[in-house]
Amino acid sequence: MDFALTDAQEALREAVARICRGFGDEYWLERDRHGGFPSDFHQALARDGWLGICMPAEYGGAGLGLAEAAIMMQAIAESGAGMSGASAVHINIFGLNPVVVFGSDAQKRRMLPPLIAGREKACFAVTEPNAGLDTTHLTTRAEKRGDRYVVNGQKVWISTAQVAGKMLLLARTTPIEQVRKSTQGLSLFYTTLDRSRVEVREIEKMGRKSVDSNQVFFDGLEVPEDDLIGEEGRGFEYILHGLNPERVLIAAEAVGLGFAALARATAYAKERVVFGRPIGQNQAIQHPLAENWMELEAARLMVMNAAWQYDTGRPCGAAANAAKYLAGEAGFKACQQAVMTHGGYGYAKEYHVERFLREVMIPRIAPVSPQLVLCYIAERVLGLPKSY
Amino acid sequence: MKILVPVKRVVDYNVKVRVKSDGTGVETAGVKMSMNPFDEIAVEEAVRLKEKGVATEIVAVSMGVAASAETIRTALAMGADRGILVETDVDLQPLAVAKLLKAIVAKEAPNLIIMGKQAIDDDMSATGQMLAALLGWPQGTFASKVAIEGDGVTVVREVDGGLETVALTLPAIVTTDLRLNEPRYASLPNIMKARKKPIETLKPADLGVDPAPRLTVLTVAEPPKRQAGVKVGSVAELVAKLKTEAKVI
Repeated sequence: MDFALTDAQEALREAVARICRGFGDEYWLERDRHGGFPSDFHQALARDGWLGICMPAEYGGAGLGLAEAAIMMQAIAESGAGMSGASAVHINIFGLNPVVVFGSDAQKRRMLPPLIAGREKACFAVTEPNAGLDTTHLTTRAEKRGDRYVVNGQKVWISTAQVAGKMLLLARTTPIEQVRKSTQGLSLFYTTLDRSRVEVREIEKMGRKSVDSNQVFFDGLEVPEDDLIGEEGRGFEYILHGLNPERVLIAAEAVGLGFAALARATAYAKERVVFGRPIGQNQAIQHPLAENWMELEAARLMVMNAAWQYDTGRPCGAAANAAKYLAGEAGFKACQQAVMTHGGYGYAKEYHVERFLREVMIPRIAPVSPQLVLCYIAERVLGLPKSY
Repeated sequence: MKILVPVKRVVDYNVKVRVKSDGTGVETAGVKMSMNPFDEIAVEEAVRLKEKGVATEIVAVSMGVAASAETIRTALAMGADRGILVETDVDLQPLAVAKLLKAIVAKEAPNLIIMGKQAIDDDMSATGQMLAALLGWPQGTFASKVAIEGDGVTVVREVDGGLETVALTLPAIVTTDLRLNEPRYASLPNIMKARKKPIETLKPADLGVDPAPRLTVLTVAEPPKRQAGVKVGSVAELVAKLKTEAKVI
């Protein structure tokens, strides 16, 4: 058993970190103040091929695995870019996996290269106001009319819909009453976000100001049948395929952000002198930081374990969910402790850690709440009765 | 034109180096290692010459422990075409490196060697000059500008008094200074391509060179801790202290 990153993985982590060094604390502080999508950051990663890290080589990607993508996303968040940097590219990394796995060759040729090159951005339109994790009960309808589908309905918490030109859309093509199981009758599309038929309304939120989250309203959006991925009615299955990798990546981002916060807290604890000694000499300061490190490192190992399981074709549900839970909690605790270690200054924006604390709430809540992860582990791993 | 670029694996410039407890050297176990930054500049210059169509092939050479292959991979990801690793666990000193490079030059027949002016680990700044002497080639050291013209190369050198321009006839050796260029980051596709580029592995004996150290290191010690300075209130006080305490005026 070898827990070390390979030399190739080290090389790519270093390369990503170097790009991120060009976007320093002041850059992200400014984005946090005034918003505005970090296009130059997105383009810098696209220019060097990073958006295609998991995409097949024949469509311009690098054909690497989830483990490499997790290393990349951790490096981005850890650079201080936090969730602002990670979310700016997140969906490009694994979001289109259903297209890669279930799309036709012609679709892949049309859809993947522009995304990898950074010419197009995509958003992921699945969750609805009345169907969050209860995905099968989503109500957005796509009705077949001739050679196209017409979409009506509503989505919520759709990130980057302000700047995306494309969207991966899950909608019901057969009414729920007409299918045997609620998981049937949903279909997946990758299509153009036509703003004359789609209204995108930004949600003001706690952190990550520069990467928008939105309510999205569909009013007769026409989707050519060529944009249907795989078979009609099997969209839910296709989406499920990408959920575990999604959890692994967001967990990696939470670990990265936690380490970024820990690094700041540690540096401050070393240099801040009170009563003639650095505050980091006091156990009340150093013990919680030591605890943060252990929890983050444990979460990182679970992330890599889940990624390894996925990349080697093993079932990874338990590890992916556990990674997301552990990373979300460890990241949160590290960010909170970083603010506390800074004392009053931790509350000041110029010390950056309050921004991290606001951002770390994202991987703690999304894409699945910690409570539902606990339910999953209780039910699927321990065999306890379903509670909800 | 073929360019040879020697690259050295050194402790990363971000790492705070620690002396081994037995005083025999610097701790490298578990320490992040990277390509010597001056060598990165050398690789970048070679790649730019290739992109301009001046160079046709770039060969990256590294010497030392097996892990030096990763330093070669970095050069390959930046744009070098192939690599040569001279593998040895012997602690290589500049003269040994220069002799090994001379043997590789005999094998590869490059027209130009671009290398870092020094490595950030021992700061010897000797290998390029020694190699030039062994080969009898002209050298343009501490280069801040390099231009190939016909069968010659013009090198602007950073010297104490300013800039000096020298014209060399190829084949020649150029050692790079900090301001020559800003090295690129390896892109993901190039990192992937680099995994497939060939690296030939040789031993010093294959090149007929005895790499044993000719100098003996007696001890390696931490520099003395810097003492806190004193603040003076006025020029008069400063002058007084320089006279009475420092006794320099």
